[in-house]
This record gives sequence, C-alpha cells and structure tokens, in this order.
Amino acid sequence: MNPYGPVAIYLCVAFAAALLFSVLPGLLQRQKPNPQKLEAYECGVEPTSAVAGRFPVRFYLVAMLFVIFDVEAASFYPWAVQMHALRVFGLLEMIVFIIVLAIGYAYVWKKGGFVWR
Amino acid sequence: MMVPLWLIVLVKSAVLLLVVVTTFAYAMLAERKVLGWMQLRPGPNRVGPWGLMQPAADAAKLMLKEDLTPKTADPLIYRLAPFISLLTAFSVYAIIPFGSSSSGTWAIGNVNAGILLILAITSIGVYGISLGGWASGSKYPLLGSVRATAQMISYELAMSLSFIGVLILAGTTSLDGIVNAQVRWWFFVPQFFGCIIYIITAVAETNRTPFDLVEAETELVAGFHTEYSGLRFGLFFIAEYVNMLTVSCIATLLFFGGWNAPLGLTLIPGVVWFVAKVAMFMFFYMWLRATLPRLRYDRLMAFGWKVLLPLATLNLVVTAIVVAFRG
Repeated sequence: MNPYGPVAIYLCVAFAAALLFSVLPGLLQRQKPNPQKLEAYECGVEPTSAVAGRFPVRFYLVAMLFVIFDVEAASFYPWAVQMHALRVFGLLEMIVFIIVLAIGYAYVWKKGGFVWR
Repeated sequence: MMVPLWLIVLVKSAVLLLVVVTTFAYAMLAERKVLGWMQLRPGPNRVGPWGLMQPAADAAKLMLKEDLTPKTADPLIYRLAPFISLLTAFSVYAIIPFGSSSSGTWAIGNVNAGILLILAITSIGVYGISLGGWASGSKYPLLGSVRATAQMISYELAMSLSFIGVLILAGTTSLDGIVNAQVRWWFFVPQFFGCIIYIITAVAETNRTPFDLVEAETELVAGFHTEYSGLRFGLFFIAEYVNMLTVSCIATLLFFGGWNAPLGLTLIPGVVWFVAKVAMFMFFYMWLRATLPRLRYDRLMAFGWKVLLPLATLNLVVTAIVVAFRG
C-alpha cells in the first residue's frame, strides 16, 4: 500500500471519533435555556457594550510578519536535508540567503515591529 | 482467507486512538496528582481507589452538562471550532512511530515527509482556537483567541527553525530515519540549543504555563473557551492534553533518540523506552506548571521574536558550518 494510504484511513477514523465527541453533547444533555444563560459572559452583569469585534491592529502585523518569515523558514527544509551532499557550496548559498533575511529582520526590529505597546 | 490490509490498518487506527484518549485521561489525572503533591496536598483521591476513576467521573459529568451557545455566537463556527482542535490533535498520530521491530516501524503510516506533515497538521490547530474565540461573540474569548493566534504563530517560527539542525544531521525528514540516525548520539547532544529552543516553543505552542496567556484567568476569565460549557469545553481540554502528548512524542523522536535504548540497555524493548521518555516530558510539563508564574504578554512576544528566532537561526547556521567542513 502507498505509505499515505494508512494515513488516510487513520484520518478517517480520527474524523469519525472527533465527530462523535462533537455530536455527543447534543444527544446526552437536556437543554433548558433562559435569557441569562444565553447572555455573553460578563462577570454576572448584563454586557453593556456591543459584542466584541475590535482588537488591536498589532495582531495583524504579527500575522504578516509570520507569513513572511515562515515562508523563509520553509525554504530551509529541502536545503537542510541535502546538506551532507551540498557541503560548502550549500553553506555559502544559505548564508547569502540568511543575510538577506537578516536585513529584513533588522529593518522590522528598527521600525519597532517586535515591540508590544 | 487473508485479512485485507485496509482492515488491519482500520483496527490499528481505532486501537491507537483509544490509547491516545486513555493516555489523555490518565495524563490529566497524573497532572492533578503531581500538582497536588507539589503543593503538599493529596490530589484527587475520592473516586475509585487512589482516584483512578476520576477521569471517568469527569467525562460523565462533562457529557451531561448543558451545552450553551451564547445568543451572540455564530452557531456553526462555534460548534465547528472544538471539532477542528480535536481533529488536528488526533491526526498527528497517523505518522508518529512508537517503536521498531524486525517487521518494520510501529506507526500507522511511515511517510518520508514525516516532519513536514507534522508541522502542517499541528499548524492547523490554531484555527480551532482562533475561530472558537471569535465565534463566541464575547469579548474575553475574542481577546484570548487573538492572543493565542499571535503567540502560536510567533513560536511556530522558532519551532520550525529548531527542527532544521536535526534535519541537517539526519539528512532526512522521515521520523523513522531521524530516529535511526540517533543510534550513536541522541541529537540533544549535538543539537543542545535546538533542543532547548524546541522545548520552550513546544510549551508555548500548547499554551501551557508559563505561556498560558491564552487562558490567563486573572485577565481573561478563561480565555478563548470562556463561553464553552460541557463536552465542547471538554473537546478543547482533550485537544490541549493530546497536543502536549504530541509535542512530547516529537521531542522524544527528534532529540532523545526515539525508541533507542540508552547505555546499550537493548534488553528492554524500544517501545518501553519511547513511552518512558514521553512520560518524562509530560512530567516536565507538570513540573513547569507547578513552578513558574505566567509571563507578561509583551515579554512573551519579544522573547519569541527577539530571542528565540535569532537563536534558532544561529543554531542552524552553526550546525550547517560544522556539517559542511567536518561531516
């Protein structure tokens, strides 16, 4: 069998198990809702403000930085596996790549991209 | 009549999932016991002898609890999120090998892109948390989930970089191959810094103390799962512990020699060593939880981006230099 065949079968079993756990609460418990229960949590008082929808824009910046650096991290993988064959040539190639990466990193650092304020 | 191969795999998968869920149940009990002892109290000891039936009692209670959906929530995504968390937590075990014998590796699937697949699957887990917090339609879950997302993706970077040193030394991404490359030296010797970085990021990835900002109860009530009750909360809980188990397995496979026996004690089967090493990591997690206070959020982010990321890169460059000139 293709090595991914068993993986696919396992994923189906995992899917079924997770689904079972997800529908189980609906089958087993009684629902007795009342307006207070269905309110969003606010330490016992009724929520005064509209429901959350706003959060600091800084989180978007983190997400963008992640996308940039994670793509770069992913490009290390094929190189790393072939390192024993590539030797010094591969090392020099990657050092050039890391220098380019480091320039971007230094720029973000200097601009305060990593400061949480 | 020959039993078809797919049926064998199906039974293996079901058994493995059962083992994973049972391990979760008793890891949770073990954690409460260990925390209890570290705080000079007995821990759970009422249900069954020595509290051994406690997980069953918890499960029964969680199943019978009313499952509330806040009226501000997005009902579909609210119900989908714990499912995603649990599914990704379970899925990783499709490729984790537990031992080896003459007939082959003990894993459901022994694929050659092992580490890549693990990274791919575990990074989906962040959707469960971020969608769950967002779909609750309440402010504490929302804050908890955006925090969680930022924290998990930040530490995932350093985590994926910390693997690369191991890949350079092993020359393969298959988990089987990486373990076999550690017969002489476990990789935590040549990859000491990589190992430390991995362990730190693993704690952050699973949102455990001291990186449990996601559910910082002093600020965010219960973080992303504030609105969840009953078994849906339980699903997040199972996912968290299964993820703990997963990262312990990965640490064992990549840095602590997998099922290789230490000091040539090959009389004891490899799977026993594997389980012992994983148990050691699980205990380490509990120890951390009993010892360390929670970090401040700005320090957490600064630590991930300004310390761990450059250190992980430095580690991989040094490893590459050594391999290029000597290896």
